[in-house]
Amino acid sequence: MSSLLFFIAAIGVIAGAIGVVTLSNPFYSVLALVAHLLSLAVLFLLLRAEFVAAAQVVVYAGAVMVLYVFVVAYVGDEEQSLNGGLTRRPRARSADGRKLSGAVFAGALLVELLIALLGSGLKAVEGNGAPYAPGPRAFGTPAYIGNLLLTRFLLVFEAASLLLLIAAVGGVVLARRRDGLNEEEHDRDRLTPLDILRPHGTGTMVEGVEGLALAHARGTADPEEDGGASRAPVVGGTQASGGGW
Amino acid sequence: MSIAWYLAVSAIVFCTGAFGVMVRRNPLVVLLCLELMLNGANLSLIAFSRMWGNGDGQVLAIIVMTVAACEVCIGLGMIVAIHRRRLPIDVDELRELQG
Repeated sequence: MSSLLFFIAAIGVIAGAIGVVTLSNPFYSVLALVAHLLSLAVLFLLLRAEFVAAAQVVVYAGAVMVLYVFVVAYVGDEEQSLNGGLTRRPRARSADGRKLSGAVFAGALLVELLIALLGSGLKAVEGNGAPYAPGPRAFGTPAYIGNLLLTRFLLVFEAASLLLLIAAVGGVVLARRRDGLNEEEHDRDRLTPLDILRPHGTGTMVEGVEGLALAHARGTADPEEDGGASRAPVVGGTQASGGGW
Repeated sequence: MSIAWYLAVSAIVFCTGAFGVMVRRNPLVVLLCLELMLNGANLSLIAFSRMWGNGDGQVLAIIVMTVAACEVCIGLGMIVAIHRRRLPIDVDELRELQG
């Protein structure tokens, strides 16, 4: 029974991996990766890693793949238009060479890994693993993993949480809005009720940072400042453009 | 099933991911193939953990998953920033860092 389940899950894992690499539409690649991850969770369960399998399904197939699907829906339709450009012929020829050399390198890597893993002559590799007794705190259960994470690997656990915080801040900084190409210029023309009620010279960020005189010296400048009476767009992004690159 | 079968599957998944990283040009798919390589490494970690009856490999696999989530976050943020600048989403065209 377990060997039948192993072969079904292994076929799912390898087919999902091949689908990720070969499918041309990135959206289908993401879906193939989801199938791959679910099959891989079955393999983890067969190896008595219950907590890791659950984390794999919840974190990867749940959260990370949703992020991928959003980004693919936002960006993903670029590839077809790029492939049909003027430089199609030389690019296709170089693509063949790249595929061939990539296949050669990957095949060599596979042979080398299989020799290293299976030809090592270790007795334990051929066995079914260490003896296992089921129980509430047995090998691989959440209680077991939590005990390890909070006692022996506490420093690693804290470092991982710090890394996640850094990555979250970095993701926000990288993907935030910039007006480098003036694409959000119309946002500044928006008139809110606060602009009419507020007296002149109070409240806007430009006045706070650079002073009222400087804002006047720049000309008609901000529509926010004079209550939206003159709706002239601001020329250039000289103020508040942050780190545009 | 003996541990060797799991190791063979992990080697195949790792090499498939490496092939994809070398061949594909869309950075989104390159990130997906990196995930494949990390998953192959995770499978072998968990197989060795089962082999010795020791939980250290499972903890290391969880840490690898954490690092992979961070890498996805940063990579997708970079792809969105590239898309905002109207640059091509193609690792062959993005050669500003090449010098």
